[in-house]
Amino acid sequence: MKVEAKILLGLGLFFGLMFAVYWRWSIEDAGGVMMFAGMLLCLLPGSYYYWWSRRMKARPEDNPYATQTQGAGVVGAFPGSSIWPFTMAFGAFFVVLALVFGVWFLVPGLFLMVWAMFGGTAEGRRGGKV
Amino acid sequence: MTDLLEAPAPAPIPAPVPAHEEEHHGPTGILKWMTSTDHKVIGLSYTVTSVIMLVIGGIFAEIIRVQLSTPNGSLVSLAQYNELFTMHGSVMIYLFAGPFAFGALANIVVPLQIGAPDMAFPRLNAMSYWLYLFGSITMLSGFFTAGGAANFGWVAYAPLSNSINTPGAGADLWIGGLLLTGFSAIFTGVNLCATVFYLRAPGMTMFRMPIFTWNLMVTAILILLAFPVLTAGLVMLYCDRHFGTHIFSVAGGGVPVLWQHIFWFWGHPEVYILALPFFGMVTEIIAVFSRKPVFGYKGMVFATLSIAALSLGVWAHHMFTTGVVLLPFFSIMSLLIAVPTGIKMFNWIGTMWRGEIWFSTAMLMAIGFLITFLVGGLTGIYLASPPLDFFTHDTYFVVAHFHSIVMALVLGGMAGLYYWGPKITGYLLNETIGKIQFWFLFIGTQVFTIPLYILGLEGMPRRVAMYAHDPQWKLLNDVSTLGAILIGVSTVLFVVNIVVSWKKYPAGDNPWDAHTLEWFTTSPPPHHNFYRLPQIRSERPTWDYNHPGHQAAPHGHHPAPDAVPADEVPVP
Repeated sequence: MKVEAKILLGLGLFFGLMFAVYWRWSIEDAGGVMMFAGMLLCLLPGSYYYWWSRRMKARPEDNPYATQTQGAGVVGAFPGSSIWPFTMAFGAFFVVLALVFGVWFLVPGLFLMVWAMFGGTAEGRRGGKV
Repeated sequence: MTDLLEAPAPAPIPAPVPAHEEEHHGPTGILKWMTSTDHKVIGLSYTVTSVIMLVIGGIFAEIIRVQLSTPNGSLVSLAQYNELFTMHGSVMIYLFAGPFAFGALANIVVPLQIGAPDMAFPRLNAMSYWLYLFGSITMLSGFFTAGGAANFGWVAYAPLSNSINTPGAGADLWIGGLLLTGFSAIFTGVNLCATVFYLRAPGMTMFRMPIFTWNLMVTAILILLAFPVLTAGLVMLYCDRHFGTHIFSVAGGGVPVLWQHIFWFWGHPEVYILALPFFGMVTEIIAVFSRKPVFGYKGMVFATLSIAALSLGVWAHHMFTTGVVLLPFFSIMSLLIAVPTGIKMFNWIGTMWRGEIWFSTAMLMAIGFLITFLVGGLTGIYLASPPLDFFTHDTYFVVAHFHSIVMALVLGGMAGLYYWGPKITGYLLNETIGKIQFWFLFIGTQVFTIPLYILGLEGMPRRVAMYAHDPQWKLLNDVSTLGAILIGVSTVLFVVNIVVSWKKYPAGDNPWDAHTLEWFTTSPPPHHNFYRLPQIRSERPTWDYNHPGHQAAPHGHHPAPDAVPADEVPVP
């Protein structure tokens, strides 16, 4: 976890440095604001990972001498096939068409998205199948 | 360190989560395609969709080149020409190059390379694909509206992109399509980061990850930094067009150049979002087909990270001629980015140096990538200098520069398809047709771009359907059109190759005697990828496992290639 944290912190600090130079030197604000936001985007997860990495045991994937048996057990939950990602994206498609062709497209769009939200959540509890 | 020098364990050890068959009674046919959350199925969907987008964008390109083969060509009208070059750029950048890299090959290869059962968020991954597909349909459907597709260039500069200068549904569909594909990219970025951070196999430390996975992780971070900016910018543009805001219009107190800042703050990191995955692909391929480990592994990693770090500070080199940007800052940063890229180039050559090179199609494509990318990269250094940029901005010199880059990426992508295709389909492609395709693609690329450099230096502007009656300009344009046709032939050859080699040449698990974990499992891999995993003691665990007599040496301590016995080199 320490390496991941250091990558993000390093990038964040570099963006901070660039921001400081650019902000002092340049006459426009947009770029500085975006670089500052980029710095925050790296520092937030980076410092969280760093804080956490000092409080946890090294994971098997951080240990260069780990054997495969050390990683035995459940890695994570992987859902089976699911129709809800398609439904959600199909709803988003109609929402975008509403931006172009008329507000009434929001009716099928939001209906599909809300349906997918409930369907996907319920499926997440049960463990997923079509 | 002594532990690292041990021979790898001879007996495989069961993987933490063995692949299982329990989902195999799931849906089949089109319902399987629609509901799958398996990263390999999604990756294959991404591959097919993005290659179709390459063909669509390529057809636009061929029409553009035929139109330009005579000074006042009449193949398309001026308005249609504007639509064509806009949609050519948009399709190639937004719908082909990005999704092909961080959607298609990343989806298939990254979980396999780190020994993971799937991506971290499989359903989010599926949604990324569907958002991408619907976004592509949205953007392309502009051609079927009364006003035609978007026609303000792929960069949509304000005030040209406002509702007075570009009315009509085509432009709005372009914005809508980009909103969908933008969210798709952001979700993929989240997914890739989480996968690489949390799902590595035991012993797969960060500094043992294959370079391809490293580059995709850095790409994912860049996606998270850059794409939200574009999405925000598009929302602002839409508000300007329809809700009467004046964010980008002078009339209401807005600033048109702000759009350029926002667009390029996404747009230049996007260049590296496109390029880094392809850098990763050729790194893997060059190492495998040179029968050597990657030369300067850590240098490669730090070069990738420095490219990412610098890429956030170079956006305004696209805006030198606006006269309102800080020239020295952006010039210095842009020139600095040449240093890590040069390190990569050095390491690629170092990997091949004294290697036992196997000139397979994938390797030829990768070498073609190096040469073409070098041309594009070096002309990029010229363009980073404001005095030179003032004279070449918006000429064909810029067009030639970035087409050298993106055609290098096409070569790299083809290398990736020839290299990883057998893993996902289980069948090799025909090498002879592949090599013919390579020569068409490689020669076509150079014949296509080099005349454009000369045209640019002579002052031919971009985005024009007609140009001055000058015999030399016509000749150069004709040569360039010939190159474009050669590239088109190479794409046809690729399709022919798929048809000819359909299920003909079974690949086996590891046809290339490759290094990384994806070649340890079967081709195609089973559900949840691995029945077993080898002990991971270096950055090339599969090679270590298959060559137990050799030391799994730490970085920088590899045996000389002479020491590799001849019988260990497989016969193609």
